[in-house]
Amino acid sequence: PPAHSHSDWIGPPDKHSNLRPIIFYVPPEESALERRLREARQEAQASNQRFWARHNRAFRQEKEEFIYSRLKAKGLEMRDESGQKATLNAEEMAEFYKDFLTKNFKKHLQYNRDWYKRNFRITFLMGQVALVRALRWLRRRKKSVEQ
Amino acid sequence: GFFVWRLRNTGIPQIPCRFVHLHRVANDRLITFQYFNFLKRMYVTQCNKDLSQRAKPKSDSIVSPFRELQQLDQEKKVVYKISPVSPVHQSWSETSSRNELREVKSAAETEDSVIPVGGESREDRRWKEMKVQLDDLPGILARLSKIKLTALVVSTASAGFAMAPVPFELTCFLFTSLGTGLASCAANSINQFFEVPFDSNMNRTKNRPLVRGQISPLLAVCFAASCGIPGIALLTLGVNSLTGALGAFNIFLYTCCYTPLKRMSIANTWVGAVVGAIPPIMGWTAATGSLDAGALLLGGILYSWQFPHFNALSWGLREEYSRGGYCMMSVTHPGLCRRVALHHCFALIGLSTVAPVLDITTWTFPIISLPINLYISYLGFRFYRDADRSSSRKLFFCSLWHLPMLLLVMFTCKKSVLEKEDKGDLRGGSHEMALEIRLP
Repeated sequence: PPAHSHSDWIGPPDKHSNLRPIIFYVPPEESALERRLREARQEAQASNQRFWARHNRAFRQEKEEFIYSRLKAKGLEMRDESGQKATLNAEEMAEFYKDFLTKNFKKHLQYNRDWYKRNFRITFLMGQVALVRALRWLRRRKKSVEQ
Repeated sequence: GFFVWRLRNTGIPQIPCRFVHLHRVANDRLITFQYFNFLKRMYVTQCNKDLSQRAKPKSDSIVSPFRELQQLDQEKKVVYKISPVSPVHQSWSETSSRNELREVKSAAETEDSVIPVGGESREDRRWKEMKVQLDDLPGILARLSKIKLTALVVSTASAGFAMAPVPFELTCFLFTSLGTGLASCAANSINQFFEVPFDSNMNRTKNRPLVRGQISPLLAVCFAASCGIPGIALLTLGVNSLTGALGAFNIFLYTCCYTPLKRMSIANTWVGAVVGAIPPIMGWTAATGSLDAGALLLGGILYSWQFPHFNALSWGLREEYSRGGYCMMSVTHPGLCRRVALHHCFALIGLSTVAPVLDITTWTFPIISLPINLYISYLGFRFYRDADRSSSRKLFFCSLWHLPMLLLVMFTCKKSVLEKEDKGDLRGGSHEMALEIRLP
């Protein structure tokens, strides 16, 4: 993002987590409230990134392992004659999907709880910051009208 | 004709009712065709590449007002960004804006590859300023509120209103439609607010406004509140308190029950079906002011329809649901998924037969609707037996035209208020139309 910009910038989705990273703008006169908001957003972003990157990596890895073990059981290689990657059909993959979902169920419950809490907190802080900014703007306008 | 005149003189406002009735039949057909086309465009572009060859050309011919708006706005945004950056980037931005247009055309509701993050254009890989552009805002809010789904919800509510055995009141109808639409916008916005990291990881939803940072969560919540509160107020004060209560309950059910439940248990599908069934009930209660058997029947039809519709759709999304942590029947209980879809197809036949018993329609309704109900049941059976991609897609696409058609047939077979009072005179639903045309 350009140096003179006064807003946050959001980037393309991350390769592992599919989440879009945000670069937060730090205003020179950042109030304590605004700093709390920014830090909360940064922390949430980092935590989300960690979770999804790890989770998606695990998914791809386990999927590969599953395909490999199934193909081996059938006596096939990972790549056929033309060099294409051999895949299993949807019904065979369904077993993997079901297993993966049930295995990660508790992890997801925990993540959901954390995500909802963070989301509410960040939005509430955003509301507070917006309110303070609006009041400040009104006060400034009143002062300039009086002068 | 004379009989009708007499009724008119007794003060019942039949005249505007009949005119609008006729007009509305035509409109209803128009509306259902429009919705059908909306749906077709929306869902055909959601096909995977390997499944339907027709998907690509269809997406290019889409002329949705929202897409056009997006294209114009994206162009403007690119032009705006050129000025702070050096002019060397100009040519690059031009080609990227072209890519962007293509991307916007196909990306808005497209599931274009099986890989989790596929089909990005150069524009998508750029860093964007997180500032709300006012001319983008309508398009962004439209996508936030899932405006097309909202339109479908409002149309089912109108169907409920139309089927109610009372004279048609235009203001009541408009208030109901507007109120329901606002409530649906609010519910959809809150749903997206809750689901940002999950939406980012699913192909179908990764281009939503909150995921892309086009709007802040605070703004999304404020928008939801500014739609929901007036919407429910309009329903409660402008229509009746029962409809308002149902609207508020539906928002609660969708945002606080269905959305979190999606990640906790497969029961979410049943809750979601209730969410879909409530709008027609709201339409009925708006017209009549009470919750009678007819409302529940209409709700029941929508409830049963949700299962073949959603279960068939979810069959193709099993990988994404599994990775995203969504508890859906298609992933964890595949047999149950197909069984439930089939059973509810049969239930639709049953419910269609009950309609004349409850005096909502004439007996022509179960007869005329039997072919389409049997067809969807047949596709449901094929899905049950074959359990593969093609049968699930066939069932899903059938459900898209089945519902509007069923509601339309139901409406044309509606038992008119006159007919109920004068049972001997008229012979069937078709006479209702003739009667209306005779009126000047």
